[in-house]
Amino acid sequence: MNTLTPSEYLPEKSADTTRFTRNFRAEKFDFWSFFFSGLTGAATWLIVAILATILLNIGINGWSAISWHFVSTIPKKDFFDANTTGVLPMIVGTSIRVIVMTIFVIPVGVITAIYLTEYAANTSLLTRIIRAAVNNLAGVPSIVFGLFGLGFFINFVGKNLDKILHNTDAVWGQPALVWASLTLAVMTLPVVIVATEESLKAIPAGLREASLALGATKLQTILRVVLPQALPGILTGGILAVSRAAGEVAPILFTGVAYYMASLPSHLSDQFMDLGYHVFVLSTQSPNIEQTRPILYATVLVLLILTFALNLVAVLIRSNIRKKMRSMH
Amino acid sequence: MGIHRGHKARPAEWLAEKFIFLVSLSAILMVLLIFLFVAREALPVLFGETNTALVQKPIPPDEVDKHSAAELEAYLEITPDQLARMSKETLRSLMDVKVEAQNDIPEEFRNDPDARINTTEWQYLLKAHQWSGYDKPEHIWQPVGQVKKFNIIPLFVGTLKVTLIGLFFAVPLAVGAAIYVSQLARPRTREILKPVIEMLSGIPSVVVGFFALLVMATVLQSIFHYQTRLNAFVAGIALGFAVIPVIFSIAEDALTSVPRAYTQGALALGASRWQTAWQIVLPAALPGVFAAAVLGFGRAIGETMIVLMVCSASVMSWSIFDSARSITTTIAAEMAEAVSGGPHYRILFLLGALLFAATFLSNMAGDFVIHRFKQKLEGKK
Repeated sequence: MNTLTPSEYLPEKSADTTRFTRNFRAEKFDFWSFFFSGLTGAATWLIVAILATILLNIGINGWSAISWHFVSTIPKKDFFDANTTGVLPMIVGTSIRVIVMTIFVIPVGVITAIYLTEYAANTSLLTRIIRAAVNNLAGVPSIVFGLFGLGFFINFVGKNLDKILHNTDAVWGQPALVWASLTLAVMTLPVVIVATEESLKAIPAGLREASLALGATKLQTILRVVLPQALPGILTGGILAVSRAAGEVAPILFTGVAYYMASLPSHLSDQFMDLGYHVFVLSTQSPNIEQTRPILYATVLVLLILTFALNLVAVLIRSNIRKKMRSMH
Repeated sequence: MGIHRGHKARPAEWLAEKFIFLVSLSAILMVLLIFLFVAREALPVLFGETNTALVQKPIPPDEVDKHSAAELEAYLEITPDQLARMSKETLRSLMDVKVEAQNDIPEEFRNDPDARINTTEWQYLLKAHQWSGYDKPEHIWQPVGQVKKFNIIPLFVGTLKVTLIGLFFAVPLAVGAAIYVSQLARPRTREILKPVIEMLSGIPSVVVGFFALLVMATVLQSIFHYQTRLNAFVAGIALGFAVIPVIFSIAEDALTSVPRAYTQGALALGASRWQTAWQIVLPAALPGVFAAAVLGFGRAIGETMIVLMVCSASVMSWSIFDSARSITTTIAAEMAEAVSGGPHYRILFLLGALLFAATFLSNMAGDFVIHRFKQKLEGKK
């Protein structure tokens, strides 16, 4: 009976299986394999082409219409006039609402992520409920956030605040910058939590153990060792949240955006103009779409630069972190 | 990845840790608050406390004491809070105004049977009704005018129509791309393609809507030669753009997490790359791909701005080249004109609550499937 010893049937040195599968091609030509590979490839390149078309169309048409005057002018009431209009109040409004949002969402999101990675037992029911809640929050439609902002922040918190402060007119119980920002903060909470968690997990356990071994307490370890290391990841989370929130229109429709305002917002209880909403107004309410087309393209380009550039930065930081993480493990 | 406590905790540290714990509950709190406050505004419709009937049986002001507080609130369309603060005289004069208003209703409405209907009752919200002036019983959403019609079926049909068109377009493309990127493309191509496709999710939906409205609608019309330029078809395709990155990244993730040994085994037995991807990897990753489609569905029914910009007329029709009005669009477009606390306002919140429930369920289902799928793969490794 012929039996093989391991030394006979095992190759002399273990093959690099990764390289083998990557470069492997079946010898026999199979028509259907060729056909379907081509089909899925075509689907992929079609998606890329769609993205490129949108970006190029907006980039080319927007670039020819944009000017310094356009981004630095406060428009008169009739902002459909291509010669005198500008988007300064919209840029300011969008920026302020996003900055105020960051102030609310970053601390809450980061602290939640710290709890989930550093303190929570992964298997406990409570942790699972928190994670489910975060996942769900990420999937709630943006218009429902708008309704929530109206029902909770304005009609409940705002109206009661007015009652407590004895305001005779509605000051807080109406659409305002702060309510729009808070609504967006609730919406972007999962973005910050997930990004921060990812960066906290990327930090090697040895770093924490070394700090504890040197006598630091757990909180000291988190504050002085873990958090500084996780900073790029937290930054990514913040940028992603800002980029997502800057482009959202539905949640602010009932919570603070104004069709037109003669001056810039100066108080948290003011309403504001917004780039995304302005795109909506220009493209659906214009008396003459052919005349508004250039300013519409220019406005969209400004909005895209704001959101897309931020997104790109976040993607770059993130891929950097992932590379670092891979090299550590 | 918890770390073990090195020291006995100090009081300040104990407090800080309790604080961290409390803050971490905020996500749960927010989900609860969203549900509570969206549903709260819709409750009066559920309990039948709203009344839109134009012609009501007037209550003579002298008989105020014979009626309960709840009856008076519904009759005068005021909140319990307002009723409690009202003096006897104001209440009386309000009742007089109401009686006068009833007397002022023109004769033609008085004889119209529709004017006596409370259109916020369930049968009028869901079932077709024979409205005066129409040939046959119909589902109609028409929240303005003398008799406000709040039938929500056309909105459901509109939402489903646009969402299904979007998914029919997005699922094959996104799953095809996921198969290509994760199984067939060379590693270097893959490194470039993945972030590029995911970049699509960085485009704000209002920009996708703008692009669909200005560019795509014209191009598609010149290809397919249909009547109305802005219709459910254009909206659905644009919606697909927004959903593709969602489905792609989840499906790609699922396909990549299939153990490499499966692929190697199939290739070693002489299967081609496509046969391996189609017959080995895809079946193994099927739950994940399915979950991707479900989560894409949740994203699609919640999308507002694209559908709002591209089509918004509420017509009850299953034809894809007709206009359609989705639930999200209705809420966004009509909330501004709805009187706060009125029946229209409450029904819009009811729609929001239904939408929240639908996305909640589809998210839970999607997450559950992915969770099970990952556990199964880990168990097999």
